[in-house]
Amino acid sequence: MAAVLILHAVVAVAAGVSARRLQAKAFLVAALAPLASVAWLVAQAGSVLDGGTVVQHIEWVPSMGVDIELRLDGMALLMAGLVSGIGVLVFAYAAWYFGPRADLGRLVANLVAFSGAMLGVVLADELFLLYVFWELTSITSYLLIGTEDERAPARAAALQAILVTGGGGLAMLAGFVLLSQAAGTSTLSAILADPPTGATVAPALALVAIGALTKSAQFPFHGWLPGAMAAPTPVSAYLHSATMVKAGVYLLARFSPAFAADHRLWRPAIVGIGVVTMLLGAVRALRQHDLKLLLAFGTVSQLGFMVALVGAGIPALTFAGAAVILAHAVFKAALFLVVGIVDHQAHTRDLRQLSGLWRRMPLTFAVAALATGSMAGLPPLAGFVAKEAAFEALLHDLGGWALVGIVAGSALTFAYGARFLWGAFATKDRIDRSARTPAETAAPAPAFVAPAVVLGVMALGMGLVPGVAGRIAGGAARSLDANVESTSLYLWHGFNTALALSAVVVVAGLLLFAARRQVEHAMSRPWIGPTAQGSYEASVAGLNRIADRTTGIVQNGSLPVYLGVILLTLLALPGWALLEGTSLPSDIWIAESPLQAFVAVLVVAAAVGTAVTRRRFAAVLCLGAVGFGVAVLFIVHGGPDLALTQLLVETLAVVVFVLVLRHLPERFESVRWRLGNGLRITLAVGVGLFVTSFALVAASSRTEAPVSEAHLALAEPEGGGRNVVNVILVDFRSLDTLGEITVLAVAGLGIASLVQARKDDEAAEEVDHARG
Amino acid sequence: MRGGDRSLVLSVGVRLLVPTVLLFSVYLLFAGHNHPGGGFVGGLTASAAFVLRSVEAGEPAALARGVAPFRLLGAGLLLTCVTAVTPWLFGDQLLETAKLERDVPVLGVVKTTTSLPFDIGVYLVVVALVLVVLGSLGDEEEHA
Repeated sequence: MAAVLILHAVVAVAAGVSARRLQAKAFLVAALAPLASVAWLVAQAGSVLDGGTVVQHIEWVPSMGVDIELRLDGMALLMAGLVSGIGVLVFAYAAWYFGPRADLGRLVANLVAFSGAMLGVVLADELFLLYVFWELTSITSYLLIGTEDERAPARAAALQAILVTGGGGLAMLAGFVLLSQAAGTSTLSAILADPPTGATVAPALALVAIGALTKSAQFPFHGWLPGAMAAPTPVSAYLHSATMVKAGVYLLARFSPAFAADHRLWRPAIVGIGVVTMLLGAVRALRQHDLKLLLAFGTVSQLGFMVALVGAGIPALTFAGAAVILAHAVFKAALFLVVGIVDHQAHTRDLRQLSGLWRRMPLTFAVAALATGSMAGLPPLAGFVAKEAAFEALLHDLGGWALVGIVAGSALTFAYGARFLWGAFATKDRIDRSARTPAETAAPAPAFVAPAVVLGVMALGMGLVPGVAGRIAGGAARSLDANVESTSLYLWHGFNTALALSAVVVVAGLLLFAARRQVEHAMSRPWIGPTAQGSYEASVAGLNRIADRTTGIVQNGSLPVYLGVILLTLLALPGWALLEGTSLPSDIWIAESPLQAFVAVLVVAAAVGTAVTRRRFAAVLCLGAVGFGVAVLFIVHGGPDLALTQLLVETLAVVVFVLVLRHLPERFESVRWRLGNGLRITLAVGVGLFVTSFALVAASSRTEAPVSEAHLALAEPEGGGRNVVNVILVDFRSLDTLGEITVLAVAGLGIASLVQARKDDEAAEEVDHARG
Repeated sequence: MRGGDRSLVLSVGVRLLVPTVLLFSVYLLFAGHNHPGGGFVGGLTASAAFVLRSVEAGEPAALARGVAPFRLLGAGLLLTCVTAVTPWLFGDQLLETAKLERDVPVLGVVKTTTSLPFDIGVYLVVVALVLVVLGSLGDEEEHA
């Protein structure tokens, strides 16, 4: 399994590099990764669907009990099959969709990386590994939504997506931590097999649910998904309809059977949110003019449907949920591909401008009709079979308002499905004459339509031969919940209540569609109440305001204030502790030798000089003298390494000062302080006294043997060097050194770029002046 | 100090000093494991040589002439990181050091440890950092 994931990483790089030469055909290279994955999944399918599992275990961070644990069971097989199967089709489609463009390398690499990350999400059997892959899908999604990064709306949409899903991801991480603490293991299958109990489990589940609901665009977090349509259509088809947005559904499906029974809030909360989302998304879809946005709201609605089904944690509903996941991925990917074809050929996605396309591209129309029929739940298509199973299960096991909501949602789904098909392909009389579809709209190339045709045929095939879909969904459901009994899907149930409900759905949907003008008119009135998008924007704006205010207070730009705060804190906390808890040692040596005393006097004199002089240059020289004096003290004490370093650092510091001083006035300006010089002098003397007494106390209060003895003893045998200082730097404490030089390098880059940025600003000002 | 009014003594002195100081810095680097010195001190010494050279030239821009400080920075960091992870490939701990002893013709028996490349990386990073910082500060001054 790990090999499949690694293959994705390798192919991502290879396809990205090859895009420079192959252009869009690099997507065919990219398709190799999901193709290999599909081949592997097919090889495993037989045994996994019969209840077997494939597991792989690689040690990762054994000290924290975090390992790479991968597990392929029925649900993972279903999801991985969708990720890789639809991946192959979308990549093949993208090879025709994209014209030559500069950013194809980035695009294809991101898309393959996403594909691998998404496989990781569904194969991971370890909470923290799952989290890592989960966030990788959020990051690749962010990059893909922002593909057209020169457009501000695309950037804003990408940012919203990562803020919402990333924020949810962090909540989920906190939930995972609590859950693994409560369970004593972070292995997902072990936690679900033996659900932990305790006070922390309920909040942990709430946090995990937030992560899942944000990812699957559930109310009130759904606002990012329509925005994500800023991505190129193949990306939307893949990430934002068929795969990534189902990650939340997937996680809920895993958790619900284990926890729904013990936690009474889980079922009403998750099912409720799902039903509300289903209705809200469908209503919003009814008033969109952009075909892609219409589908996006449709996706929000369908995700709500799936969340409601799998969130109940009831065996028959879990099975129906798995069937809907399968059916939805197929028809929604097909519909997005169709939108891409329409957009590519007619150069518009506005249903007010499209007319008569069914005649111009009959094959595409046929695919769209099959997919829409499946979405609307018409026999004999996959969507109908799955929806029948859902109605049946709802009637028997849940009933009540959930059933009413889902039937209403399905009627709305029928209505917006009809609106989609009519909007994209019908010949319309009352069309916006100014911008009607160009007459030269050509039929798409057969290879361009082929992936959509495959999906359309699948939507039909799974309906006509429901046994295959039932076996896949059944395998998935049984791996989620061992109590799943009946795993058969039927095209024909006989005349029963579920069929009657389907008839109600169709009739109500037809009525809504027939009255589409009135419906659209009724909904064109602006909504005055609070909106999800509005609350997202308000919270981001509020966060920015708080950050601005905090920065204004904390970073007021006055160097004396910064220093004052730091030094006062030093005096207040450790200084107070020093006064409270310790006393000065009794035997203090003023100096060990006359030379030491002499140098010390010089250092003190230079320090006083630094503070007293009004000339900057003199202050720098005095400061240098302090440093050199200290270096002499080091030599007197027998520390040549330290002295050498001190000397060189002081020399270079003086050089830096000289370079900077040229920009500053020759003399210090005398700044009148409100509190006067008295405070400054008191603070300075206080800090001086504190540092001196702290050094004395610290040196005399040793209780353990100094670490230097061990270092001295080990330097030669272990580190192979007689210079202990150096052996410490490059061996005993080399990780610290590595960190330090990294900080040095970053600091150097920071200084260089700050200076460069200022120079650029100045140059820009000069240009402005010249234009002036 | 630009142009013709450069001091001849300074000029000749610096020309003699710079290679000597650079050589000394390399000595410090290699001797560091057993005697005073090491990558950090050696790097600082080498930077001092570069500073001397730019003082002689009379313009800070001469500081990094003939070297690419950012490349040095990257090379140094890369070298330390590679040294740090190499022991992993042999199943040892991160940053584990091993002692090497070889009989090299002409030089005789040479003892060293695998921490030497690490120290060389430190040396490069320190030199590069000083060149980058002084270079950009000096550069800025010229435009001001």
